[in-house]
Amino acid sequence: MAENRVSDSHFKRNWAKLKRNKAALIGGLLILLYVMSALLAPVLYRGNPSAPNLMKSLELPSLENPLGTDELGRSILGRIIYGSRISLLIAIGVVSVGFIIGIPLGLISGYYGGKIDFIIQRITDTMLAFPGFLLALGLVAVLGVGLENTVISIGISMVPIYIRLVRGCVLSVSEEVYVEAAKAVGTSDAAILIRHILPNVMVPITVQTTLGMGMAILFAAGLGFLGIGVQPPTPEWGAMLGSARSYLFRAPHVATFPGIAIFLSVLSFNLFGDGLRDALDPRFKL
Amino acid sequence: MYNYLIKRLLSIIPVLIGISLLLFFMLRMLPGDPAQVLAGQMATPEEIQNIRSQLGLDRPIHQQYAIYLSHLVRLDLGYSARTQNPVIQEIWARLPNTMLLAMVAIGLACLFGIPAGIISAMRPYSWIDYAVTMMALFGISMPVFWLGLMLVVVFSIILQWLPAGGTGGWQYVILPSITLASFVVAFIARMTRSTMLETLSQDFTTTARSKGLTEKIVVVKHALRNALIPIITVVGLQFGMLLGGAVLTETVFAWPGIGRLIVDSILARDYPMIQGVILIFGLLYILVNLLVDMIYAFVDPRIRYD
Repeated sequence: MAENRVSDSHFKRNWAKLKRNKAALIGGLLILLYVMSALLAPVLYRGNPSAPNLMKSLELPSLENPLGTDELGRSILGRIIYGSRISLLIAIGVVSVGFIIGIPLGLISGYYGGKIDFIIQRITDTMLAFPGFLLALGLVAVLGVGLENTVISIGISMVPIYIRLVRGCVLSVSEEVYVEAAKAVGTSDAAILIRHILPNVMVPITVQTTLGMGMAILFAAGLGFLGIGVQPPTPEWGAMLGSARSYLFRAPHVATFPGIAIFLSVLSFNLFGDGLRDALDPRFKL
Repeated sequence: MYNYLIKRLLSIIPVLIGISLLLFFMLRMLPGDPAQVLAGQMATPEEIQNIRSQLGLDRPIHQQYAIYLSHLVRLDLGYSARTQNPVIQEIWARLPNTMLLAMVAIGLACLFGIPAGIISAMRPYSWIDYAVTMMALFGISMPVFWLGLMLVVVFSIILQWLPAGGTGGWQYVILPSITLASFVVAFIARMTRSTMLETLSQDFTTTARSKGLTEKIVVVKHALRNALIPIITVVGLQFGMLLGGAVLTETVFAWPGIGRLIVDSILARDYPMIQGVILIFGLLYILVNLLVDMIYAFVDPRIRYD
């Protein structure tokens, strides 16, 4: 009970800090808008965003098609709205992969140390020798193109970041008295890791996950743009830009709007993530 | 100093071994016969047999790895399944283009990022500081390939000042390098701002001010010099992101570098070439970080004695 009250006031204080940060607030609102657009896509745009209508190819913005049409006569607005579903799905998938693989490995590496730590850290070093986007690119080369492989590739490329982050936190926390105390009374390793260490790692993980969502959207759009990510006719923002490139001279508007969508969604997570970091944990300020 | 350098050089060996293992197993993770995969879909049975005996693919796995390493050490990366040319030859032909783009982009990013960060730190929480912070955030959030396309729309299509792509004189370098510099500049500005804020509030800066030195000398000679290490670090780390960005930028501008090469190779399933480019990317990144560490030792004498 008492513990609840403490964490309650803690939450309120952090919430107040977060609310004061205008940039974070704008970021949060943009995220809300983005998620709403993904959830309500069929309501916001009636019709099939992938059905071609060649009679209306490369039209400029009009009342009927507020953002114009692409080379196959499809509404760009409709495709952007449905594209928010794809990118949100990818972003959630990517951080889940990072979570599921990275957090346990980071916990084990930091808590047990020794040989297992050494092996995990050398693997992490090797993966970090490749900048994230290139790592994802290499994985796509092995796995192949498509939505699923995009998620797995980008997800795995984020794993080393989670491992490092969690391991670092575990190292600093496991020296604390309450961990020593738990060990002394014979609590099992699993219980110590989950009940005592993990909660202390949650703040940096939350911040990293928010920023990671933005990065995932950016990476996925990059792969889509290169033609090795989500494949057409799926309305993916990056792939939309990739095909718009061929019509850049005739219809520059086709390349303009999907880019704004990517930019705003990534910006929203970066704004919110920065605000979150400032509010929750000043130590992790970059 | 030498001890430090030797230690640092030795530390890259495990990473190099890791990369070689990664590339070795990457090929073997693919479905199907590795010889067939390396030879490409158009290969004749003799070509496949050739590759199999050359790489010892019928021998035990540890011998295969030993053979693979011996090829790697001699920089013998095999032949492209697409063009039949030696992989290393094609990479050498395109590497200078990517390096040129990367160097100009890093130069541009420092030229704008460091002053922006300094100005921001000199007037914290002023409108100019907010403007720089916002611009940095925009830069980080902007997809480089989209920025590239928009620059083409403005400068090549509407104004017709600069070419939309390809190579040639200096005018071909401008748009791709600005594109590539865009997000690196943001990181550099951010890092400069935060480290300058720290050094500007330290005692030696106050001492320098109290000696009656002009603000310009205090900032440049005393504060900036001490803020250099984190700035150099971030520049080094950004080089890696730059290589990732180069893949996208080279595609936008049809720039014949190794970034475009890997994308074409992935699309054509040209695995010898994919492996080769990934290896070069890894090596480049390691070398740049090594260089950064050496610059540290040069800039900050304390590091040499650690």
